Amino acid sequence: MKVKDLRDLLGEHAFFQGFDRPALELMAGCAANEHFEAGALDAREGDAADKFYIIRHGQVSIEIPVPARGRLIVQTLHEGDVFDWSWIVPPYRWAFDARADTLVRMVSLDARCLRQKMDSNHELGYHLFERFVHVMASRIKAARLQLLDLYGPAS
Amino acid sequence: MLPRPFRVIRVKRELSDTVTLTLEPVNGEPLAFRPGQFTMLYAFGIGEIPISISGDPADPRQLVHTIRGVGAVSQALTAAKPGMMVGVRGPFGSAWPLEEATGSDVVLVAGGIGLAPLRPAIHRVLANRRQFGTVAILYGARTPEDILFRRELQAWRGRFDTSVHVIVDRVSGSWGGAVGVVTDLIAKGGFDRHHAVAMICGPEVMMRYAVQALHERGVASDRIHLSLERNMKCAIGLCGHCQLAGNFVCRDGPVFRYDRIEDIINVWEL
Repeated sequence: MKVKDLRDLLGEHAFFQGFDRPALELMAGCAANEHFEAGALDAREGDAADKFYIIRHGQVSIEIPVPARGRLIVQTLHEGDVFDWSWIVPPYRWAFDARADTLVRMVSLDARCLRQKMDSNHELGYHLFERFVHVMASRIKAARLQLLDLYGPAS
Repeated sequence: MLPRPFRVIRVKRELSDTVTLTLEPVNGEPLAFRPGQFTMLYAFGIGEIPISISGDPADPRQLVHTIRGVGAVSQALTAAKPGMMVGVRGPFGSAWPLEEATGSDVVLVAGGIGLAPLRPAIHRVLANRRQFGTVAILYGARTPEDILFRRELQAWRGRFDTSVHVIVDRVSGSWGGAVGVVTDLIAKGGFDRHHAVAMICGPEVMMRYAVQALHERGVASDRIHLSLERNMKCAIGLCGHCQLAGNFVCRDGPVFRYDRIEDIINVWEL
């Protein structure tokens, strides 16, 4: 039985579809397999966003702690999703908290390592930015729809 | 067209502002209908409104409507007690394209109370499950407390041949499910884009973005159907209240194939 290497895992993930083998190998050099038990906190608002993750299994909640209201979940991410974009936007700090709702298996990519590779390989950088712009646009669109409170009481 | 008298025989409170009324005719035949059609419900002395039929088309003896109390008539109907009489005209309008969907994957996308007009189609599809490919029910609600037909969603999810995904806009307290918008569920796919028929019902803004998400997944406009809501009065295409360009929503809709209305659906003056 062949154990999948990190390049294979990246290549199978929807986010990395279209990257050729050399690019996947380049990024796999920054990658590691990680897993979190349910309840583990993966990121805390304001801390250094020194990684980003691709989710292979499980559910991650994006949360905002609000005084007197507790932790408000604004979105959940699942298998096939990317968490998150803070590593690519200066000052590279998590914008939100994140928590594993279930056992979560992810591939992490070291942000500093990947940013250096993007600086020296602009084609890689362009294609990663292109994908992250899509992720950010999807989340802005979703957030705006949530703000509309479409299913709320008729005004 | 005079309304026929029906008696309320059962009232089920679904949510704080939403009830399901089961009606039976006082005399005459039961009301056969096609999934997606609506009736005009008359609260005597108050007024008449269009309400989609939410029951099982295989059992027309019971006429079922799920109603959210938002105006004078709908609030009177949601306050109904067993034994109350209501007037019924119909059924009216076009239906979900279930014959056309035979042999295809079926993607049912609902938001909020939009699950009610889709429920007859879900009943019909699940009763004839072998005629369809993958069946996906994608439902978005405001909060976990606003999930309509919760037990049925759980039962449908419990089948081994149907995919059911529920997502809520916002959450407080314990909720282990997904948070986000229903378009997130479409983006996950799980159906054959070339052989899927999508049926969408919910607030119009939600439906527009659901269509976008389906387009991004490669589903063509002529395989997407949605149910529109407009102010209706006569329900037979005479009064013009529900006119949408060259269509009357009561007569030509409420279910429209998207490619037939995509040029006018985004014109906000219409």
